[in-house]
Amino acid sequence: MGIAAQLLVNGLIAGGTYALAAIGYSMVYGALKFINFAHGSIAMVGAYIAFVLFSLGGIPIIPAFLLSMALTALLGVLVERLAYRPLRASPKLASLTTSVAVSFALDASVMMLLGAEIRSFRLPMQRTFQIGPVYLTLVQTVIIACSFAFMFGLYFLLTFTKLGKSIRAIADDLLLAEISGINGNLVIAAVFAIGSALAAAAGVLIGMETNLQPTMGFMITVKAFAAVVLGGLGNVYGAILGGFIIGIVENLGAWYISPVWKDSIAYVILILVLFVRPAGLLGKPEDATVV
Amino acid sequence: MFASYGLIVHLLVIIAIYGILSLSLNLVLGVTGLFSIAHAAFYGVGAYTSALLTMRGIPWVVAMPAGMVLAGIVAYIIGIPTVRLVGDYLAVVTLGLGEIARAVFRNWISVTRGPMGLPGIPSASIFGFTFGTAEQYLVLAAICLLVVYVICQRLLSSPFGRVLKAIREDQRATLALGKNVDRFKMWSFVIGAAMAGLAGSLFAHYIGFIDPSSFVMWLTFFLFLIIVLGGLGNNLGTVLATVVFVAAREGLRFVGLPDWINPAALQQFVFGMLLVVMTLFKPEGLIPARKVTYRRYRQRVEG
Repeated sequence: MGIAAQLLVNGLIAGGTYALAAIGYSMVYGALKFINFAHGSIAMVGAYIAFVLFSLGGIPIIPAFLLSMALTALLGVLVERLAYRPLRASPKLASLTTSVAVSFALDASVMMLLGAEIRSFRLPMQRTFQIGPVYLTLVQTVIIACSFAFMFGLYFLLTFTKLGKSIRAIADDLLLAEISGINGNLVIAAVFAIGSALAAAAGVLIGMETNLQPTMGFMITVKAFAAVVLGGLGNVYGAILGGFIIGIVENLGAWYISPVWKDSIAYVILILVLFVRPAGLLGKPEDATVV
Repeated sequence: MFASYGLIVHLLVIIAIYGILSLSLNLVLGVTGLFSIAHAAFYGVGAYTSALLTMRGIPWVVAMPAGMVLAGIVAYIIGIPTVRLVGDYLAVVTLGLGEIARAVFRNWISVTRGPMGLPGIPSASIFGFTFGTAEQYLVLAAICLLVVYVICQRLLSSPFGRVLKAIREDQRATLALGKNVDRFKMWSFVIGAAMAGLAGSLFAHYIGFIDPSSFVMWLTFFLFLIIVLGGLGNNLGTVLATVVFVAAREGLRFVGLPDWINPAALQQFVFGMLLVVMTLFKPEGLIPARKVTYRRYRQRVEG
């Protein structure tokens, strides 16, 4: 019983980071209807910005974390402006291809500037808490707290603010929203800013819990991707649900089946769900298949 | 001069193998518009099947087609739940399947020897004639490339290929014309996978060693770049882009770089930027595929 509880909590921790990364994916998909392959690489860049500020620049971790979110938000807006906006009217394949290319370029830039070796935040020795049968480190507690705080923040933003309303309007129908006087480009830029900032948060938290390497972006892309589709493309809450499911199932599977299949288990679940419900758990069925 | 004779022959063999691979992905992605990321996995299935069979004494003429058939069967099984999905969903599922395939290559140690890889794969041979030297292998690979090219060209102008192109342009309209869209997509997927399996077999028996790292997803993205640059759906463009890219990739290794630049990273950076610039400024590729336009159609009809 103790082990099951511990695995569940570990799954919650991993799931929290996946969910944070998946939100940006889902929001971009909602607004522009394309999958931004570069999203994981943006999270990776965010993690490295925090690393440079903290470990090389000597800035304390919390300001470094927040500064990294801000700078990564800027990067996301810049990528959208330079690489995606000119292609908005082109076939979807063009945006997809470009996002793959952006991810190539971002990974390679970090590799050239900071090297391909594995880095670590080298946080001071961590205290371990015991809550009932479950052990948690300080970083893990922060991960859970942060992911829930950001998700509630996002919920309030989307539900109660004018910007949130505009984001939802654009996800519904870009053209109609623009006709109603919403500045589409501005809102899309905001979507990229929010998504990238949350991705940076996910990247930094993953970096603190494990370590940093330039290829980590791909892992984040793959997991977030699976989370988004599992929950239903374009549905932010579905993405969060998908992130947690994948985190939990992975950790249970790694223990009860075998750790070598940890990454595959998530996909098996994903494929099974898509087989039964092609639009994902919370998606609208008509989006996934023609007919 | 670094460009020795042996190196050029080696480059040409690699170009031929990648040419087959790019043509096969072009059929699936460029012609039919199926955004499949699992392509490297089919390449791997072909390579492993062919290598494992020949290592157990089965001749290459049998092992190679077996690799193609198995790659096709795997594609068919994968296709059952996936071909009815559109664009992005297909991309995600095939991404996942590609990773599962790699996990199988890596973890099914009793058969694939996992990360240690398979060394000592025998050379390809047909009825007692062994393609032992690089030159002989080049002939074999070139013949295979030619056959695949001709098949792909024929497919494009056949009624079957026209349906595939119609699916790429508008799936609903094709459906409305009474075509069984899912079945056509499935065949495109299976044929493409079988061709990738052929390329995998050629690769395994040429290098003589395979391990899971030969079939990573980056390979699919590299092919992606090739067919986008060659002009989606254009076979000749695909082959030419393969030549340029493989030559550029190998060539970058010989450029004198300062120590602090990681050559692999530089290569990846250059390719990434190139792809962004291409899609922004010349999305139809270097050699655009000829589209049937109303004007051209009228010219043909009216003579």
